[in-house]
Amino acid sequence: MLDVVRAPSHVLSASGLEVDPSDPVIVQLCADLVATMRISPGCVGLAAPQVGQAAQVFCVDVSGHPKARISHGLIVLANAEIVEASRNEKGREGCMSVPDLTGDVRRAAKITVVGQLPLSGERVLITTDAFEARALQHEIDHCNGMLFLDRVTGAHAVFPRKVYLEPRDPLAP
Amino acid sequence: MTSLAITVVGHDRPGIVAQAAEVLSGCGMNLEDSSMTLLRGHFAMTLICAGDADAAQVEAALQPLVNGSLDVTVREVPEEPDRPTLGSTYLVTVHGADRLGIVARLAAVIADAGGNITDLTTRLSGTLYVLLAEVDVPQSTDIEALQARLADVSAELGVDCTLRLLENDQL
Repeated sequence: MLDVVRAPSHVLSASGLEVDPSDPVIVQLCADLVATMRISPGCVGLAAPQVGQAAQVFCVDVSGHPKARISHGLIVLANAEIVEASRNEKGREGCMSVPDLTGDVRRAAKITVVGQLPLSGERVLITTDAFEARALQHEIDHCNGMLFLDRVTGAHAVFPRKVYLEPRDPLAP
Repeated sequence: MTSLAITVVGHDRPGIVAQAAEVLSGCGMNLEDSSMTLLRGHFAMTLICAGDADAAQVEAALQPLVNGSLDVTVREVPEEPDRPTLGSTYLVTVHGADRLGIVARLAAVIADAGGNITDLTTRLSGTLYVLLAEVDVPQSTDIEALQARLADVSAELGVDCTLRLLENDQL
């Protein structure tokens, strides 16, 4: 498990470097990102810059989320990019790196993402919608040094967070 | 017929808006545009009202609201026509470690480029400072030059700045 970096921090605005997905260091980073995501209540995605690594690696898992329609379960991608995007919609987002604020952000509700799987480096193509699409765009933004704050819809689109989830006990069943 | 600009600032508690609005209504003043929010936990409201009472009468009527924890100002203002926007609306987004001068220096860059800030929010959240400014930018402004100048000044301040064209509200 890794410590999540909170804004303000320059690593969150650094453009992530392309990685070799078969590099053991990268494979370990992927495993650590997933473990850290699992232990954080409400966390549906985590990107390498959020744990202090300016690399293009992230994980997402929106399984069971009430706002998710298509869900691919656990997604871990390196060097991802969006190749198709359409149907912009406004939605409220939060981020572990900006724990006390939420914001309204317009994102594509229908996207296709290409990226590489860790270890094998296999290129995969993921087409998705709704909440999973939003989560993927949020994490790809992190890999490019952007926070949701950079994409809010207007001067009154940032809010103090109202709902905090208690940290999950790692020993609980 | 007078137009009054009124501000109420101070300790927050339930009932301030209700009491202020009741007083204005009682003076025959129509509450037109207003903006109210909590700033660092303090109540802050600005409003424009119009009617036949003058500033002195309304100020006197609002005295019960001033109980040591609220400041009220009442000023007569001329009517301002709604001006059409100069050009396009952009959003300036800034975030970074809080320090002296962020708003002053970046607002100066915007003003130097002929931009007019029409909506501003800043929020300090721990050590994170966030600035959001909607800016009316005239057609004559060189947007790339503005973007470059914002980037230079932001780098000096150690903060991140984004300039984005806001979609118009074509429904």
